[in-house]
Amino acid sequence: MNGPHDLGGQMGFGPVAPEKNEPYFHAEWEKRALGLTLSSGAFGAWNIDESRHARESIPPANYLGANYYEIWMRALEVLLQRHGFVTADEIDAGRKQTDGATPKRVLTADMVAGVIAKGGPCDRPVATPPRFSEGDRVRTRNFNPTTHTRLPRYARSKSGVVEAVQGSFDFPDDNAHGKGENPQWVYTVVFGGGEIWGEGADPTLSVSIDAWENYLEPV
Amino acid sequence: MHDDDHHHDHDNRYTDMQARVRALETVLTEKGLIDPAAIDAIVETYETKVGPRNGARVVARAWSDPEFAEGLRRDATAAIASLGYTGRQGEHMRAVFNTADTHNLVVCTLCSCYPWSVLGLPPVWYKAPAYRSRAVIDPRGVLAEFGVMLPENTKIRVWDSTAELRYLVIPERPEGTEGWSEEQLVDLVSRDAMIGTGLAAVAGVAP
Repeated sequence: MNGPHDLGGQMGFGPVAPEKNEPYFHAEWEKRALGLTLSSGAFGAWNIDESRHARESIPPANYLGANYYEIWMRALEVLLQRHGFVTADEIDAGRKQTDGATPKRVLTADMVAGVIAKGGPCDRPVATPPRFSEGDRVRTRNFNPTTHTRLPRYARSKSGVVEAVQGSFDFPDDNAHGKGENPQWVYTVVFGGGEIWGEGADPTLSVSIDAWENYLEPV
Repeated sequence: MHDDDHHHDHDNRYTDMQARVRALETVLTEKGLIDPAAIDAIVETYETKVGPRNGARVVARAWSDPEFAEGLRRDATAAIASLGYTGRQGEHMRAVFNTADTHNLVVCTLCSCYPWSVLGLPPVWYKAPAYRSRAVIDPRGVLAEFGVMLPENTKIRVWDSTAELRYLVIPERPEGTEGWSEEQLVDLVSRDAMIGTGLAAVAGVAP
């Protein structure tokens, strides 16, 4: 979707303003937000792609006005309600009112080290060989789905070169919407700065994205 | 003060994040869905165990051991795992090496993808619109805000982490560090140098 999250090339946000000796957290609630997000992810009710789509579906004014942990919390509330774990009334009241759905697992303290060390690999085998090879010229598709995609707007309908075949991975455009993992080959595709930004582009710039095979057409 | 509550009913829920998050944690705890001690353990992990020191050790080893550097180019996930760094948001690692000609810069324009297993939690600026919007169109302007001025003809390669690959920049080894131990080298490698918004440097010496 062409949501507020798709920020590449937008203007007007001002300087980056890195903070010297930045602390890991700027408020106590950020710590709990991190833990709640990871703990709820362990329920096994949704995947990373559905989670990303919930974040990018936050209305633009709210998304752009929020810090990142707030974005996580707004999306988490949506996911928890969608999957029947809590109701809006329960979140507002801060009290349990119903039983709700049962998760596949509950993350307990003793499981944390193992779960973090294991992570959640999302490379999956596919039966067909890659359509493209290193050095191939490709063009990204021009589309504007209302659903989840990982092809940024700035990189649509652009011509580039396949730099590497990176393996096969869950296809987020399907996986975010319960349509299955449907893995595809993923390629690093590199574009000249001028191809993306046109006049006035930095001549020393090149930009790469990691593109699922479905995003690419041969040139 | 004019109070426009009527039009901002929904958003008022988020004006006090401390209360909002506490309410959610309370409900989920009452339902037996989360263990508050697990949250404590997660926070402790990222405050004390998983942070940019991990990545700095990877870089220092790559500088010191050509065979390790070669393995890092070939299969970064395995090479990094051999130092004990694995797991969440580091499942599919790629290492990109700065050279005299090319400077690498990593961004996630679409969200906040970041190599947690080697760098820990991302800084606020990495997740915020200013960096995500500008890194791909004006990387030199961004770098200048970090105090990094590259020669005009240095090529800049920006890696937008749009899939599940997570990128670690291997900065160039500073001159004058021949014979330094790995432990000494680790101290030269900042988090920003491994994102590409910084350079590895010997204190007090321009890189």
